[in-house]
Amino acid sequence: MAYSLKVMDHYLHPRCAGSLDEPLQHIGTALVGSPLTGAVIRIQIHVDEDTQMIKAARFKTYGCGYAIATSSLLCEWLTGLSLEDALQIDAQAINYELELPPVKYVCSKLAVKAIRNAIRDYRHKHPVKMAS
Amino acid sequence: MAEKPVYLDHNATTPVDPRVLEFMLPYFTEHFGNASSRSHPYGLEAAHAVEFAREQIASLIGAEAKEIIFTSGATESVNLAMKGVFETYASKGNHIILLETEHKAVMDTASTLEKKGAAVTILKPESNGMIQPDLLEAAIRPDTILIAAMYANNETGVIQPVQAISAIARKNGVLFFTDATQAVGKIPVQVEQDGIDLMAFSAHKMYGPKGVGALYVRRKQPRVKLTAQLDGGGHERGLRSGTLNVPGIVGFGKAAEICKQEMAADTKRLAKLRDKLEHAFLQMEEVQVNGDTNHRLPHVTNITFRYIEGDGLMLGFNQKVAVSSGSACSSALTEPSHVLIAMGLTADQAKSTLRFSLGRYTKEQEIDFAIKAISDTVMKLREISPLWEMYKEGMDLDQFNWPG
Repeated sequence: MAYSLKVMDHYLHPRCAGSLDEPLQHIGTALVGSPLTGAVIRIQIHVDEDTQMIKAARFKTYGCGYAIATSSLLCEWLTGLSLEDALQIDAQAINYELELPPVKYVCSKLAVKAIRNAIRDYRHKHPVKMAS
Repeated sequence: MAEKPVYLDHNATTPVDPRVLEFMLPYFTEHFGNASSRSHPYGLEAAHAVEFAREQIASLIGAEAKEIIFTSGATESVNLAMKGVFETYASKGNHIILLETEHKAVMDTASTLEKKGAAVTILKPESNGMIQPDLLEAAIRPDTILIAAMYANNETGVIQPVQAISAIARKNGVLFFTDATQAVGKIPVQVEQDGIDLMAFSAHKMYGPKGVGALYVRRKQPRVKLTAQLDGGGHERGLRSGTLNVPGIVGFGKAAEICKQEMAADTKRLAKLRDKLEHAFLQMEEVQVNGDTNHRLPHVTNITFRYIEGDGLMLGFNQKVAVSSGSACSSALTEPSHVLIAMGLTADQAKSTLRFSLGRYTKEQEIDFAIKAISDTVMKLREISPLWEMYKEGMDLDQFNWPG
């Protein structure tokens, strides 16, 4: 299978790989996938409580080059986004940007699931205050 | 790319030895005769060349020239042996025993025979890849006609206890067929000592050309009979019709002669390089060698790098180092290797496994280069692997409840 240049670039030079070194309450985390299905993605987001903006995003991914590239691109996009905007990212945008072959759409779907779960985790820790 | 990638996939195929090619060339042009056209000098010349090659090949495996049947390759030899025995010995029985680690050619031929009424028993190996001879003995029934057990495995290099297997076969009056494609030319395979009745092997795994193989068929004690699978001119004592591939056969013969002469030296050199490669990888954590290391081809090692995914691993170096992964190459989807699964590896372990097979032209600098390229990829991918982090934190990943 031929890899697009963008996939290779993210695979060889992953952006935002690693873990966040912040107190847990400021971080939303999600772990999705399983080794048997071929990919496990963990995404962490550091959210500014006042602005509800993502200050930083990090990933660790077990998987093929596509899974790694997908996670890397997503975290690159997330940095600086509001949580609302982050929720709007869909798998198709990733497929398009990385020129993923259809058999690898599972990777972008998994990555999108990861960011949605990470946001849910953060909101679970920080219930939205009712406007007074 | 400035330099050619390092080739460590000799179990897939080997380059033709230049000495072999030189020997073959005149048989394409000058000596182009049909080996069956014995009425004129062109044909006779070709026939003599084929018989000379048959002697060379027989000599490598300790057989008689008449016991060598030329085919298009090991897959055809496997088909001829198994289907030929099944049809010929139908009155005696229909039970065939084989190992779970057999090559796809043997596995699939067995399932075709199953559809035609064969009863097939597949034996599981120990976790080291070797078959327990007791298990084999227990599987034999009055209607067993054939035991198919490969000599050395293509993925792990594990060598089966061939003499113990053949002793059991002999004692029970069952024929013993071995797929020795990876073993012939690499280690001393001797049909008499090893008690082999039928043996498949091919030229392109031993520095000969692709498209030519052989089936050894024992002629006495016992005399093995086969039903031909191709109808035609009755070549090869009626067992394999079709005009002989004279240049290919000539090359096969020369390749066999060179293997016989250089086997001892090649084995010693390659085992040393293989061990260097293996030791270097074993310096890393959570790396394991699969298969019995005491009964193994000298040029092969099969290594699992845990907590990273197989395709991701390959992508890191596959433009620089050519190896095979623990996934089946036979399908578009990556299926974990049935050989490694049979030995008890999980599907994800099997997929993060690489097979290294060295060869006649492998240099020490190439081994050093491969060690570095692959170790770097492994370390880099572990650095970004959540599984590696979880393992390092002391979690038991086999018990972990994956979210999916």
